[in-house]
Amino acid sequence: MRKIVTPLTRQVRETLRSGERCLLTGQLYTARDAAHERLVQALQAGEQLPIELMDAVIYYVGPCRARDGEIIGAAGPTTSGRMDQFTPLLLQLGLGATIGKGRRSREVVEAMRHYKAVYFAATGGAGALLAQRIRSVDLVLYPDLGPEAVYKLHVEDFPVIVAIDSEGNDIYEFGPREWLDKQE
Amino acid sequence: MRVIHFEEVVTAVSDLCQQANFQLPTDLKAALRRARRAERSPIGQEVLDNLVENACLAEQRVAALCQDTGMVVVFADLGQDVHMQGGLLTDAINEGVRLAYQAHPFRHSVVADPLQRVNTGTNAPAIIHVRLCAGDKLKLLVAPKGFGSENTSRLFMLKPADGWPGVKAAVLQAVRDAGPNPCPPIIVGVGLGGTMEKAALLAKESLFRSIGSQHADQAYAALEQELLQAINQTGIGPAGLGGQQTALAVHIAAYPTHIAGLPVAVNLQCHACRHAERVL
Repeated sequence: MRKIVTPLTRQVRETLRSGERCLLTGQLYTARDAAHERLVQALQAGEQLPIELMDAVIYYVGPCRARDGEIIGAAGPTTSGRMDQFTPLLLQLGLGATIGKGRRSREVVEAMRHYKAVYFAATGGAGALLAQRIRSVDLVLYPDLGPEAVYKLHVEDFPVIVAIDSEGNDIYEFGPREWLDKQE
Repeated sequence: MRVIHFEEVVTAVSDLCQQANFQLPTDLKAALRRARRAERSPIGQEVLDNLVENACLAEQRVAALCQDTGMVVVFADLGQDVHMQGGLLTDAINEGVRLAYQAHPFRHSVVADPLQRVNTGTNAPAIIHVRLCAGDKLKLLVAPKGFGSENTSRLFMLKPADGWPGVKAAVLQAVRDAGPNPCPPIIVGVGLGGTMEKAALLAKESLFRSIGSQHADQAYAALEQELLQAINQTGIGPAGLGGQQTALAVHIAAYPTHIAGLPVAVNLQCHACRHAERVL
């Protein structure tokens, strides 16, 4: 499996192909619906944020709280499509990749092709397993949002698959189609 | 007349929330393993391996198996010879939910108002369905429902003339439109007949039938198999990446309906079909 690290440069992103399995190491920002709404409002108002978007990776996740002695609870991906309306602006500002599960809108795929971004899928429903690859958790923004706050995660060998690559190839389209073709 | 105290219900609901979030029901784990053996797509096999491993890990470590620890749905079958003492049944259920979601590091996923969207901070209130039945017992079924799959659920108000072909097409449409989003392999709950809300309720409740169990009515048992086969020929597969095991089961529940209608509710459920029950 291919190992990749953050920041995820355009050079590396352009070599990633839809369907490729990767182990990602480095920093991820978490953000879901509520955080996206605030982030985009702040960015549109020209506010400075304590987040470096250039070549960054956003993970769509609202983790469970940590048990005593641990740093985080179950932390699997949420449905990415709910963030679609916010994503093109973030890509325009340099965001390199997103991690989630499920389909993206045509607008997001177009923006990804334009800015050479990638979209990774992590296994939906495997929250306990994925949490084991998270090494540190720091609160960055919006503590009042609780599980929906923005956290900075350091991950090591976090397993993802390239769902949509920088050319717009989408495994959710060709995966099922190719499987059916093989059955004939 | 039998007395059940408020606190007994609080404790039971709290225990059941805990159990459901830490541990997949046995029938579900068996169904996942069966699906893994049957799957021929390599990427599908890998996803199913992950899900089986995830369920084992959560159970061993007594940790939540998915971060979406759900909005809690409770079916309370209340024997009409039971007298509740110390407070309202619904208050006791909500108190049990609060207790469990505060004592354990489950995610609080409930907002007080759908437009204002401020988190209640307790995961209460639950969605509570109380039904009167014969006897002097109280049966509680507690099911934390994740919204990845709930969001992909659908309601179709078909015409009587649409018949079974219409129902089949509607269910397949719901599953295709949902694609990878509800975290397949899924369980497909189909509520047929009744009124709009009755169909939805039938679909919800059918999710908690034992996976792999046969419908009591032979005709419906055959229709469930027919639908399951059709769904597993869509190619969606585990995690929607391509494969055979799109659904683990199709459960249909039917009820009398109006001469003018054929309501069809499709409630999709991810593989984490968490539910636990207890009789008081």
